[in-house]
Amino acid sequence: MINTNDILETINMIQNENFDVRTITMGISLLDCIDDNIDKACTKVYDKICRYAGDLVKTGEDISVDYGIPIIHKRISVTPIAMVASACQAMKTVKFAKALDRAAHEVGVNFIGGYTALCHKGFSAGDYALIESIPEALSTTERVCSSVNIGSTKAGINMDAVAKMGKVIRKTAELTADRDCIGAAKLVVFCNAPEDNPFMAGAFHGTGEPDCVINVGVSGPGVVRAALSKAPDCDITEVANIVKKTAFKITRVGQLVAQEASKRLCVPFGIVDLSLAPTPAIGDSVAHILEEMGLETCGAHGTTACLALLNDAVKKGGVMASSHVGGLSGAFIPVTEDAGMIAAAEKGCLTLTKLEAMTAVCSVGLDMINIPGDTSADVISGIIADEAAIGMVNSKTTAVRLIPAIGKSAGDYLNFGGLLGGGPVMEVNTASPAKFIARGGRIPAPIQSLKN
Amino acid sequence: MKAVITVIGKDTVGILAGISGECAKSGANVIEVTQSVMQDMFAMIMMVDITDCKVPFKELSEGLKKIGEDYGVMVHVTHEELFNTMYRV
Repeated sequence: MINTNDILETINMIQNENFDVRTITMGISLLDCIDDNIDKACTKVYDKICRYAGDLVKTGEDISVDYGIPIIHKRISVTPIAMVASACQAMKTVKFAKALDRAAHEVGVNFIGGYTALCHKGFSAGDYALIESIPEALSTTERVCSSVNIGSTKAGINMDAVAKMGKVIRKTAELTADRDCIGAAKLVVFCNAPEDNPFMAGAFHGTGEPDCVINVGVSGPGVVRAALSKAPDCDITEVANIVKKTAFKITRVGQLVAQEASKRLCVPFGIVDLSLAPTPAIGDSVAHILEEMGLETCGAHGTTACLALLNDAVKKGGVMASSHVGGLSGAFIPVTEDAGMIAAAEKGCLTLTKLEAMTAVCSVGLDMINIPGDTSADVISGIIADEAAIGMVNSKTTAVRLIPAIGKSAGDYLNFGGLLGGGPVMEVNTASPAKFIARGGRIPAPIQSLKN
Repeated sequence: MKAVITVIGKDTVGILAGISGECAKSGANVIEVTQSVMQDMFAMIMMVDITDCKVPFKELSEGLKKIGEDYGVMVHVTHEELFNTMYRV
């Protein structure tokens, strides 16, 4: 018989601590949908997604019932559309976004990622056309997510792309200003983007991936916090141990769900992404874990150290629990999606500069941050360049997902609803980096030895 | 194949009969029951064999949850595999 306490602990995790599997994401290659006629290509894309992912949502729901574990999202990632669109003579890339959106509605997934360009070293014609079309694509579709990789440790940072993305983010927010600028919440700018990430908005299906694959993203900040709250006075070594043990249990469930989904859908299992992904729900916050460790408020001095410990312990616990680990794997710190981060930002304790420091030790980057509507494209590009530099030099993924709150200023609110949450507009240093951004060119790849 | 049924809530007359009756109706064979009552809170864990279950797992699960609602207790049904995975290396 299984230990009674273990059973009751699991039930408590699910019912009181927001334990869930965050997403089953099916990665689908669209390389075989390439056609020089854009309408034919879009039809092939739509048909292939519907054919492959037709049972994805139902399978996810069935597994959820069988194991009694909520599986929040069923999603799809596809080959970067810039590659698929490159062959088309008519560069109306937005048609692909519409085809993806239709397919997402047809199969019932809430997001589809892969409206993506990888231009860390330079633009192809397809990359350029796709980036140009992002504002229209995100403002005229509902479920499509977009990402652009502008740098990597091996290639350096494409500053022309950095300059362009500052403008694209602003434009996307402007076109969706009537919907709290939600378009920008579906757009991520990456450095070192992973090819197997199951989490939105940055998911895409890399070219080194198989034709179709199942990736699973776990979650569970509430579970980690609850475990820590049971040991209020232990030392930091024990804190790390508790996080590791909890991450192990969480990830084992992710592995179980991934294997089961893979078996039922007859699609190979790719990876489990060991991420602590918060939601705006009370008790599902990464910030609250840091506060449980002993900070008065997230953002206080000591936050970066606590986050470094948390991020590392989650990986150590999770790696042993899964046969293949990948994606972003670490702790997420999306401000508007995390009740504790929202509260800390409202108090003024959590600032953009502190968040930037935190991104050097966590899994992603400046995520879901509302900035004043009058922030210039140059300043946004400057923020992107800084964040990409952190990722490039530290050989890690960093990302920027900023939402310029058009018509609003620091202290006002944006509310996206659902898991994207909402939160205060945060102050930004407005001193101009315009000349630096206008120079263009590339920041050379960093040296990989002499590490200090 | 085995499933674990967990019942947690305020102790009331007939919970065990209600849950085991539903299992019998569906062809799920009760193998083991552990229960404890702490003050007036009731916690019961029931291991059932669902190999010869006559209804799909979803139906069994929903039927048991419905009985839980009737008695005002929380019922959770899951495949045994979940606990084996989480707690055994």
